[in-house]
Amino acid sequence: MHFGLSEEQALLQETLRGFIEAECPPTRLREIFDEGAAHDSALWKGLAEIGLPGLCVPESEGGAGLGALELALCCEELGAGALPGPLLFHGLATLALREGGAAAQRERWLPALASGERVASIALEGVGGSIDDAAGRPALDAAALTGVARHVPFAEVADLFVVALMDGGLAVVERDAQGLVVEAESGIDRTRPLGTLHFDATPAERLETGAEAFDVVRDAALCALAADAFGAAWALVRMTVEYAKTRQQFGRPIAEFQSVKHQLADMATAIELSRGLYWYAAYACDHIKAEASQQAALAKAHIGDQAVEIARQAVELHGGLGFTWECDVQIWFKRALFDRAFLGTPDEHRDRAAALGGY
Amino acid sequence: MDLRYGPEYEVFRRELREFLTGWPLSGDEAALPQAEQERIFRGRGIDAGYVYRETPEAYGGSGQPSDPLRDRILQEEYGRAGAPGNSLFQGPAMLVPTLLELGSEEQKQRFIPPTLRGEMSWCQGYSEPGSGSDLASLQASARLEGDDWVLNGQKVWTSNADSADWMFGLFRSEPEASKHAGISYLLIPMKQEGIRVRPLRQLSGAAEFFEVFFDDARTPAENIVGQRGEGWQVSRSTLKHERNLIGNPRMISDQFDRLLALAREAQVGGRPALSDAGVRRRLAEIEGFVRACETSNLRMLSASIRGEEMQVMLPMMMTKLYSTDVTQMIWKLAYDLLGTAGLTDCEWAPNYARDSTPPAVVQNYLFSLGPAIAGGASNIQRNIIGERGLGLPRDPRPPS
Repeated sequence: MHFGLSEEQALLQETLRGFIEAECPPTRLREIFDEGAAHDSALWKGLAEIGLPGLCVPESEGGAGLGALELALCCEELGAGALPGPLLFHGLATLALREGGAAAQRERWLPALASGERVASIALEGVGGSIDDAAGRPALDAAALTGVARHVPFAEVADLFVVALMDGGLAVVERDAQGLVVEAESGIDRTRPLGTLHFDATPAERLETGAEAFDVVRDAALCALAADAFGAAWALVRMTVEYAKTRQQFGRPIAEFQSVKHQLADMATAIELSRGLYWYAAYACDHIKAEASQQAALAKAHIGDQAVEIARQAVELHGGLGFTWECDVQIWFKRALFDRAFLGTPDEHRDRAAALGGY
Repeated sequence: MDLRYGPEYEVFRRELREFLTGWPLSGDEAALPQAEQERIFRGRGIDAGYVYRETPEAYGGSGQPSDPLRDRILQEEYGRAGAPGNSLFQGPAMLVPTLLELGSEEQKQRFIPPTLRGEMSWCQGYSEPGSGSDLASLQASARLEGDDWVLNGQKVWTSNADSADWMFGLFRSEPEASKHAGISYLLIPMKQEGIRVRPLRQLSGAAEFFEVFFDDARTPAENIVGQRGEGWQVSRSTLKHERNLIGNPRMISDQFDRLLALAREAQVGGRPALSDAGVRRRLAEIEGFVRACETSNLRMLSASIRGEEMQVMLPMMMTKLYSTDVTQMIWKLAYDLLGTAGLTDCEWAPNYARDSTPPAVVQNYLFSLGPAIAGGASNIQRNIIGERGLGLPRDPRPPS
């Protein structure tokens, strides 16, 4: 029995953390954030050099062959650094291809995604505004896709989209396919821009076992978002701890006041003790299929809630500074908002968790 | 990460389940008084190596090597069977581990075996009217006179003081020394002139704890654990065990299961409570907190198996604060599910620990307010987390 990270998993997190600290420190992050240019090709190239775009790609297609847990562990680091870039969604798209693709489909698409030469994203939400609302998704007729997919991350950057279909399956659409119009959205999180995809009889290819793969990708996505929010929330706690230690009022650091100290203790407790939730849910995705959907829903709802509440308190504890554009807290606040709302709010996932939990 | 227990432990669990089919007792034994039945079955657990595992056989335990995973399985299976295993009373749960760690050989031989057999019962004398969170300011005094300690002062919130044979407690024995260095950890016979016990009624109406008054009470000089003035360090060891008890994860999951069972029966506005979206969301929200407790505990268990406790110091500091909050959330929703039946007051009855009638829910809700105070109040936990966990500066100390 071991409910902790293996040496390899810990090393994976360390490597990514080191990369982010070196290549995207807060000064660089701020530049990207203010420019609104979230896809930085130098960063993507660096991630590709440490093999991360291929994390969930089978070894036979040039990847590392790892699972939802390793993806989530990486997402914790992405959230902690608020790293701009499509890695989370790219990872989910490769997972969809791995789980849903026929051998020929996997061989055709995965190697270039594993190397990072091409970027993929996911389009799981239609016009219905809910992840479970299949009726609002685009429909595939023969090999022609028609409809709209909203809130697609890195829609303007990705070379390839995995699109959820009205009939419950998944299809792959190439960026340059005829009849695909990409419309930028004004997204809340400048580290992860969104767009809308309009399909008009757009050539698309159905993934062989897409319906099964949809469940796998949705559950892994919920874990990945929970992990990203977890990392973001811890980053906010650390940032606020440092601020409270240095900010002086009434002649001493505000961290000496119990009102501040206790608030920080509550924030840290709320987030640290939810670490196991995302670990367990992601482990269940890989190894305990029967529990995966409910645990993933609970983790997404719980950590999504906690992270935004922690972010709110981080703003408050930074005082007037916390309310400014200049203060970096807002970057993580918006990161947490994205993680909370994307693919469904805490309430939606609690409704799902209740049904899946048999009550 | 690998949540499988492995074949060796599966065998252990299978054998344990087989053993636990022996509870409840049958035949002539089933007619014995409840306490006697529990004593018998606990004795069988000791013989089988399941109960008081890490206490050496010489002191009445089963002398097994430390194994957190076996402990977990035992906790799960004994809990499921509702069978008497390790006693949660203060003697076996708190004093015995303290004596094993810090007691003299004579003390171990004299006190541990009868305590584990249930023949010697204990209460804990720490808090005083003027010393709660600031426990080290305690004033109850111990003065060495000839071969005896002579004790004066008052203790409070003392569970089982009326029935206990002995108290383990903290007394100021070195009035000249600094606050923490003037305290000794003493073992005191309760049935004597000079000790008076008065019940304290709780907000739930029950009287489970007491005030204890010492008026030249006595205990022999050798009944000190550790040296004079070391009582504070000795008591830290006992408190550690108390926190483990309060943070028991199984307790939280069981309570959530009871809440779910209650919700299945309850009505809201004339319709089944589970058809109410608000109730469902609150349940799922609470389940998130319950799973956070369970998985955090799994992390700590896993770390202790591998001797990596240092890596989980932070969650360990946080568990008490968090789990007592979660317990309150559970019972608050349970209380709400009663609707106007929650307006009824009642007295505590022993079966309320398990059943789900409205009076039991009211009583459990009221009871759930207690653990956040016992064994280190929540705001003290927040100070510990802030200062030791997050490295925040200590509270400014008043000039002493």
